[in-house]
Amino acid sequence: MARSEKRPNRPALALHVPEPPARPGEKPDYSHIEVPAAGEAPRPDALCAAEETHPLTTHLVRVLDDNDDAVGPWDPRLSAEVLRKIYRDMVTVRVFDDRMYRAQRQGKTSFYMKCTGEEAIATSAAAAMHDEDIHFPTYRQQGLLVSRGYPLVKMMCQIYSNAGDHMKGRQLPIMYSDKEKGFFSISGNLATQYPQAVGWAMASAIKGDSRIAMGWIGDGATAEGDFHAALTFASVYQAPVILATVNNQWAISSFSGIAGAEQATFASRAVGYGIAGLRVDGNDALAVYAAVNWAAERARSNKGPTLIEFFTYRAEGHSTSDDPSGYRPKEAGEMWPLGDPVERLRRHLVKLDEWDEDREAALLEETSATVRAAQKEAEKLGVLSEQGDEGKETMFEDVYAEMPWHIAEQRDAALKEGE
Amino acid sequence: MAVMNMIQAINSAHKVMMREDEDIVVFGEDVGYFGGVFRATEGLQKEFGKTRCFDAPISENGIAAVAVGMAAYGLKPVIEIQFADYIYPAYDQIVSEIAKMRYRTAAEWTMPMVIRSPYGGGIYGGQTHSQSPESLFTHIAGLKVVIPSNPYDAKGLLIAAIEDPDPVVFFEPKRIYNGPFDGHHDRPVQPWTKRAEAEVPEGHFTVPLGKANIVREGEALTVLAYGTMVHVALAAMEEAGIDAEVIDLRTLVPLDIEAIEQSVKKTGRCLIVHEAPRTSGFGAELSALVTERCFYHLEAPVERVTGWDTPYPHSYEWTYFPGPARIKKALDKVMAD
Repeated sequence: MARSEKRPNRPALALHVPEPPARPGEKPDYSHIEVPAAGEAPRPDALCAAEETHPLTTHLVRVLDDNDDAVGPWDPRLSAEVLRKIYRDMVTVRVFDDRMYRAQRQGKTSFYMKCTGEEAIATSAAAAMHDEDIHFPTYRQQGLLVSRGYPLVKMMCQIYSNAGDHMKGRQLPIMYSDKEKGFFSISGNLATQYPQAVGWAMASAIKGDSRIAMGWIGDGATAEGDFHAALTFASVYQAPVILATVNNQWAISSFSGIAGAEQATFASRAVGYGIAGLRVDGNDALAVYAAVNWAAERARSNKGPTLIEFFTYRAEGHSTSDDPSGYRPKEAGEMWPLGDPVERLRRHLVKLDEWDEDREAALLEETSATVRAAQKEAEKLGVLSEQGDEGKETMFEDVYAEMPWHIAEQRDAALKEGE
Repeated sequence: MAVMNMIQAINSAHKVMMREDEDIVVFGEDVGYFGGVFRATEGLQKEFGKTRCFDAPISENGIAAVAVGMAAYGLKPVIEIQFADYIYPAYDQIVSEIAKMRYRTAAEWTMPMVIRSPYGGGIYGGQTHSQSPESLFTHIAGLKVVIPSNPYDAKGLLIAAIEDPDPVVFFEPKRIYNGPFDGHHDRPVQPWTKRAEAEVPEGHFTVPLGKANIVREGEALTVLAYGTMVHVALAAMEEAGIDAEVIDLRTLVPLDIEAIEQSVKKTGRCLIVHEAPRTSGFGAELSALVTERCFYHLEAPVERVTGWDTPYPHSYEWTYFPGPARIKKALDKVMAD
């Protein structure tokens, strides 16, 4: 070890810059990841004191075991009907993602983001919440909309910024918003929605309502100040909110160590704020459901917030503008020790005798037909690349409830320029 | 009618509106039990309970962010940032979320809320208790920016701001909370009690947003000011014996361009006064607008008297503050020939 020049009896100070265990060309290395056996994590009562959950913030709640059985106290004992609904939603999201990724590659739109490998989280969480509860999502929770039956055509119209986009083409593709479906407007600014979810939950409590909120964030964005604000306000006011942290190991090219994951789990952040925390296998649809259900019961009973870390893997690139082969091994996604969420749930359904090859084939055919049909319908209303400047005056609307004179003048000038 | 200073007027606006509308919630640092470091929210928690007026953690971004969530739910938050100098941690929420919500969702979600904050100098507040950051907000599409200069306007404008469907940044010149200030720091401060603008209706009334107030009619030149500087400018014009038309803008966005245009076209000269630093300050926008719209009526270049392009100093308070002496110097220039 180098010696300090100023104090030769001590080693020179050295800055620690975290590095992922494997880079391109190297073999993926997951030896640092501990995977406890399914069923091993204890399940405290949902109304327990927050500190009783602290051991669970470094554990991993898992229900589906290596034999595809649901085991342990967290088994939500879902009916086959609910399981099949979650499975169908997951498959739909995957098919939708592939289709839209291709649409971007075909030049029909500017941008897309898949959630491959993370499908279980949003779809199962949505299934565990009530439809009148609200989500403050990031850009990788498209499963919430799919689970709540939001028309795929409307999602696509947003992606194409076409005449069917109710946000009038103002937002980047995938920045969905739907008030009726309890899906808050997605913002490009990371983490802002996390404390907003807390505020919504506070409002629900102020009004003596029974609805709760769920905020979403990724592992990288937990480093934003808004993450801290959300946990502080949630704790101070014991807001009826579920704060989900989707740890998919990557923030674009930065591995989670750059966000602080080397030293502590994201779930363990809950401990310092005095709120309940759970760390959950995010590729296990049953564990996701059970954890959200537990936290929802807690929130509805005025027992305050829960931070849930969903441990998962971003199996593909960050976005259509990203090539992950520039910073991580190619086989990194396939070798992820917690497997693929879609396959795991399918194998479980097969084991329960609630699924078979015929049903699988039928589902795949049906979902691709549905997605294809939706795409056809959406494209009738236009795609971004073929869009002219018709209706450009709408660009000046909705800045304020009433258009002030200076914007009206600018609108008139813009319209004149086109003449 | 009652005689009120600006704090009492602002307090009264809160009470009137909270009695009318159960969806209004008021929170910020020290605003609950204690009633605010400037007393603006005194008695609210007692009257309306602690779920409608409460203390917040020291987290400006958190305060603004939870207000967004509350507005999304359907409440009308009226939040306080203790000093405008501390609004910056909330800037992301205000600029990226609050200002753009109506636009980005095509009015699916809107942000009817008020962000109140004491602002301005002249109180030996040093760097972080004196700033005038209005131009950081007038530059942001989707925000309205309001700055009252007297108790009557403070109440009427705040009620209008609370009722407005858009987010309003409401800066309160703390130098004139207790009485108007003419810039003569060596003279005793006069309380509001002696002024007509301290006569404030006790019930509901509004002063419309987007409407300037011609506080002194005149022919010789047009003076554009807001906040504390309205009083400083008025006094400087009196002392110079000039028949100036002094316009209190009251709302910076949306601006009352008609009042400005009409006045400058009449007088042919324009002087702009604000406390904030000069470069890219709101005066630059005013100057540009006047030049663009009244060019052929102007008999002299538009002059600006502003704070210097330095952080706000402590010991050189009166060298920094654009007081009567500097205004008179600019007046000489604008009135030449």
